Amino acid sequence: MSSDLVISARHVGKTFRMASAQHRPTTLAELVSQTLRQPFARRQRETEFDALDDVSFEVHRGEVLGIIGRNGAGKSTLLKILSQITPPTRGEIDLHGRVGSLLEVGTGFHPELSGRENIYLNGAILGMSRREIDREFDNIVAFAETERFLDLPVKRYSSGMYVRLAFAVAAHLRPDILIVDEVLAVGDLAFQRKCLGKMDEVAHRSGATVLFVSHQMTAVRSLCSRALLIECGRVIKDGAVDGVLARYLALNSAAQPATTALPEPVEQAPARAIAVHISGIDGQARTTFQLGEPWRARVEFELHRPLPHVIAGFGLQGLDGSPLVTWWSAPRDLPPGRYAADFECDVPLAAAEVTFAVGLTSDEKSIYYTEGVGALSISEIGPGPQPHRASGCGVLFTTERPEIKAA
Amino acid sequence: MSTPTVHSVTQPALTGDLPLPEVSAPIVRIRPPRTWEALDLSGLWRFRDLLLALAVRDIKLRYRQTLLGILWVVLQPLLGAGIFAFVFGRVARLDSGGEPYVLFAYAGLLAWNLFSGVVLKASGSLVANAPLVAKVFFPRLLLPFSGVVSTLLDFVIALAVGGILLVVCGHAPGVSVLLAPFWLVLLLLLATGVGLICGALAVAYRDVIHILPVTLQFLLYGSPVGYTIAVIPPGLPRLLYKLNPLAPLIEGFRGALLGHGEVGIRSAIYACVVAVAVFVAGLFFFRRMERQFADVI
Repeated sequence: MSSDLVISARHVGKTFRMASAQHRPTTLAELVSQTLRQPFARRQRETEFDALDDVSFEVHRGEVLGIIGRNGAGKSTLLKILSQITPPTRGEIDLHGRVGSLLEVGTGFHPELSGRENIYLNGAILGMSRREIDREFDNIVAFAETERFLDLPVKRYSSGMYVRLAFAVAAHLRPDILIVDEVLAVGDLAFQRKCLGKMDEVAHRSGATVLFVSHQMTAVRSLCSRALLIECGRVIKDGAVDGVLARYLALNSAAQPATTALPEPVEQAPARAIAVHISGIDGQARTTFQLGEPWRARVEFELHRPLPHVIAGFGLQGLDGSPLVTWWSAPRDLPPGRYAADFECDVPLAAAEVTFAVGLTSDEKSIYYTEGVGALSISEIGPGPQPHRASGCGVLFTTERPEIKAA
Repeated sequence: MSTPTVHSVTQPALTGDLPLPEVSAPIVRIRPPRTWEALDLSGLWRFRDLLLALAVRDIKLRYRQTLLGILWVVLQPLLGAGIFAFVFGRVARLDSGGEPYVLFAYAGLLAWNLFSGVVLKASGSLVANAPLVAKVFFPRLLLPFSGVVSTLLDFVIALAVGGILLVVCGHAPGVSVLLAPFWLVLLLLLATGVGLICGALAVAYRDVIHILPVTLQFLLYGSPVGYTIAVIPPGLPRLLYKLNPLAPLIEGFRGALLGHGEVGIRSAIYACVVAVAVFVAGLFFFRRMERQFADVI
């Protein structure tokens, strides 16, 4: 065991006992009457659920460890155990150093108290002594950019100010081990960047160890050198961040079905689209693609009577419903029957999660339309020996990179 | 399994721009809880600033956006004493042992308000701070304890006013007042113990929060707050009445303030034993339950 070991978790497991709903007593009276009626019956009706099972890992001083996994995989339970909020059922963890954990921004903030009062209260809640808070007070206020409103109750703050102040207190905790759970999903973009910068500073300049849970892959990549992938309560991959992220994306695509059944039209329409199938160019069904990688969408549809000038349309939308791209098939006069249109999609999108819109028209009139169905993700990494990285809309992927010339 | 849970090592030297916390880095071993665990006194001490911060928050919030502010601390027992003086003194014509009935009732209410305030604050503190319990680590005992501290502050102010009242009415307390702290400590131990047990139970069973005010109301009339023990018929009724450990505590405290009304030595010992036992039981019961608070709350 090396001397700079900060966290060492051995075979940690957490099991929740859940009584089936009808048997779970929630009031004293129920508990008493139930225990009297059937003193031994209760235990047998409990079902067990392993939130974590056999989790082992080690973290060294100064390391920034990303913890990723899908919702419900057990990430938050792990953080709660590491923060000593809830005990494990099995296994043990050694922590060397003061733990500061930030599982939620602004827990312990009281709306009636002023900004100043809340800084002291929240600092104390996070484990700072009054002297430490005194020393950091000006830094906290400067970081949060709320100097002018310090003596106003925080209930009068805008939500952005509130969150800035809350993060600022936690960011100045100066722990040996900083545990951060998905708190960056708040605040405006500039402040998120500032938070990331602060965490980077905590990790790389003060030598603290950081554990960071996030769904924002870009944040994990930029901050962490190593990552743990947790799935169904187990660590399924532990290693360099790129490899773990790739595995995570693959896991996600397995979760997104490649075939999306489409809703039936409300009234008796002359035609309907049935399903969308997503696949790679190789024809293999999947829904996660790399930046710059072309893929295929097959729209299946059905005509109940002969229709002239039929066009099938397929579009991509952002998760907020904003339209991104639309493709149209060449028009054809069609007899009744089942048909399919194959769209080759090569889109300038990176680091995007999109949903589909599907439409059919006949003679320039819409006869079927649905949107916000299915899902597909495009990563921010492109293939190549030196992977391309980008994010955003309108990213043009080229394998040729321009030379840098002297100006 | 090895037994030690917490001990300290010195922190290795590090280079960096930011000064590191000067505390030595402790090794904490996190492991599954055992049924009964020792109290974590060092943890409580490390978080002592939080105890104060929570108590201060409590006090600030209680009187924020009120017109009379801190005056309520005094007005509440004064009004209560007035009502008791009217009901028990004027209407029922009970004996106060020669004191002005208002003074007599005020002294009783001081003790009672301390007891009921601590019980209510301590037992409600966990549920009231549920987000903290679910998301932040700190010794859970601090929540009920901060309730005790904030109630104590109210009590001290009300006590000071009581002292002034006594002097103004020409009943300046004598030597007996030296006994008052003894009764106070017992009262606090008993109330805190009850508060800890109820608070830990309330995390899983919110019924407790609804039962408590009613029980306290009942207990208020079952304790010698507005009257003396002397009005209880001697013999079996009085013996049963004295099973209430609050009876000697309140009588004792009032006697110490007003200068007469002794408590029998047996009653005093009984109250002493019960108060300490309830307090210790409360501590360990709370300790046993606290590991699951975050999962249940």
